Amino acid sequence: MSPVLSVQNLTVTMKGSKGPVPVLENLSFDVAQGKTMALVGESGCGKSMTALAIMQLLPEDFRVTSGRIMLDGQDVLTSSPKELRSLRGNKMSMIFQEPMTALNPLYTVGDQIGEVLRQHRGLGRRDAHQQAIQFLKAVQIPAAEKRVDAYPHQLSGGMRQRVMIAMALACKPKLLIADEPTTALDVTVQAQIFDLLSELQDETDTAIVLITHDLGAVAELADDVAVLYAGRCIEQGAAEEIIAHARHPYTRGLMSCVPHLRLGKTDSHFAALEEIPGMVPPLGARGPDCAFRARCAFAAEVCRTQPQPPLDRVDASAAVSCWRHQEIAP
Amino acid sequence: MSDGINMVTPPTDVLLDVNDLVVHFPAGRRGLFGPPSKVHAVDGVSFRVRRGTTFGIVGESGSGKSTTAQAVMRLIPSTSGQIVFGGENIADYRGEKLRLARSKFQIVFQDPFSALDPRRRAGELIREPLDLLGIGTSRERDARVRQLLAEVGLPPQAADLFPHQFSGGQRQRLCIARAMAPEPDLIVCDEAVSALDVAIQAQILNLLKKLQRERGLTYIFISHDLGVIQHFCDEIAVMYLGKIVEQAPANLFFSAPMHPYSWSLISAAAPPGPLRDRLKKNYLVKGDPPSPVDPPPGCRFAQRCPFVIERCRAELPSLEAQDVDHFVACHITADIDPPDLGQGSTAIGE
Repeated sequence: MSPVLSVQNLTVTMKGSKGPVPVLENLSFDVAQGKTMALVGESGCGKSMTALAIMQLLPEDFRVTSGRIMLDGQDVLTSSPKELRSLRGNKMSMIFQEPMTALNPLYTVGDQIGEVLRQHRGLGRRDAHQQAIQFLKAVQIPAAEKRVDAYPHQLSGGMRQRVMIAMALACKPKLLIADEPTTALDVTVQAQIFDLLSELQDETDTAIVLITHDLGAVAELADDVAVLYAGRCIEQGAAEEIIAHARHPYTRGLMSCVPHLRLGKTDSHFAALEEIPGMVPPLGARGPDCAFRARCAFAAEVCRTQPQPPLDRVDASAAVSCWRHQEIAP
Repeated sequence: MSDGINMVTPPTDVLLDVNDLVVHFPAGRRGLFGPPSKVHAVDGVSFRVRRGTTFGIVGESGSGKSTTAQAVMRLIPSTSGQIVFGGENIADYRGEKLRLARSKFQIVFQDPFSALDPRRRAGELIREPLDLLGIGTSRERDARVRQLLAEVGLPPQAADLFPHQFSGGQRQRLCIARAMAPEPDLIVCDEAVSALDVAIQAQILNLLKKLQRERGLTYIFISHDLGVIQHFCDEIAVMYLGKIVEQAPANLFFSAPMHPYSWSLISAAAPPGPLRDRLKKNYLVKGDPPSPVDPPPGCRFAQRCPFVIERCRAELPSLEAQDVDHFVACHITADIDPPDLGQGSTAIGE
């Protein structure tokens, strides 16, 4: 079965005063129906740019310079603005981090969900309103008949994000892009939203691209994962495999620098967290050699003299871009 | 309740003793001629912080954790209650006396982008508290700025740069250096690492811990992230709608939590696996926290609590000692089996 989304060798550059600056380099991944692909990395690594490239919503000065993005058999990059308008919402849709800024404060949530249905499904006002209530019920908003006439400011953060999900899924898209969908929410609400997303995915078989920095969310939701660093994919594979046996020093660092909750009787002696020193190199300050070299505890001569290695398939379900991954395997 | 704490912590090593702190905000009227409404942001909170330790406050938005911190810092007026800091009730301090007392307690905010004046250089920003409090001569202040920069891991040249020339993590280092400048005893970290990337978060947490070890600093550490709280705090208070619902030493809290709301928080943050699935199924609450405007009588958590009984809706439970050092405000905790958290679950990737 062909994947819903296929991204091949995607390269995005930004206009700079001294010529184009690479933002994303040579990114490739597929997402099949009903599967979830997680894009992981720190800010400035290109996660959101990938999402915006797929949606063809890149900001001014950013453009796709090479690669292909196939959505359900259609080439997104060569689609006309009119075709794109029908793709967005119908075949692919996106939910953002901040539901308050993504919703229009001047319209009721019913109007906003209804708009999607009127635009893409040609429903009349009354039918759209009725459908909107059904969608609010589907995302488990209590008293949907009443809430459908509420304005965004009358809803809590968790409910707003549920409304966003309802809007995004209104036309049963083949692909849903969720860009840090729970970062702005309270912890107990985060868990509810993740549960909701996976329930809805089971029902609708939507492919999901999940953008996150939370490896806990990856372990729970994702089937596959791509770890991005400074615009390059440095490790990619099945989520279980990557989480159990991360090979790239950056992925390993990401996992060990987060204080994971330890439950039950443990000795709670303080041990310093493992650090990844320094920070992601800014755009334009990235050479051909391994971008992580400056922060890497395992960097050696080869990392400096050779360009960053291509993703090296290390077994059936994982690939890594590191010269020394075999030597430094834990 | 405060008697209970008295017995276990000798008063000598208590740096901060907050007693029945109340912060209410006016919230208009109910209807045109109705009675005035109040936001019960902090509603009778008491806790003690021992010198050289970290006291963690965890809760969701609207729980009153930041308001508590700001009231303790005397940045917003408290409605009633005592704030005994270093043996003196600073809740009554006014004017010049308060201004000078501030050198001993400082705060680091969540967003290092809005906490620093964009028109002033880093060196001036760190020096400002020294200037305002009249600490040292001009030359001594300059030397102190250099020393502070080094302590938070920034080069001396950083003093001449503007905030926008720093990354988020470096800016948070500046905020920490500025908070440290007047040599305070207490620093409140209000979600100080929440806006940072995970790798940077680890750097800042390690820095804060290093400074605590070297200077014997006391922290009040506010976060919504239980993993960070467990890693960083000696004692933990869980707040819900303006009340502390549970308070315990960290190891006790994460091995035998007693409040249903704590169970919910823990199940939402538990590492993925069968334990998490079981916890979430049985203990994760639904919905969002209700509004703190004119809360109903009874337990604040009653609306969402899966174990609610009639009494919870009528009668507000008080924070009572269930064990040495372990305080819980719940009518029913003794009658319910607590979640089985096992003998130390493993984190992901292990």
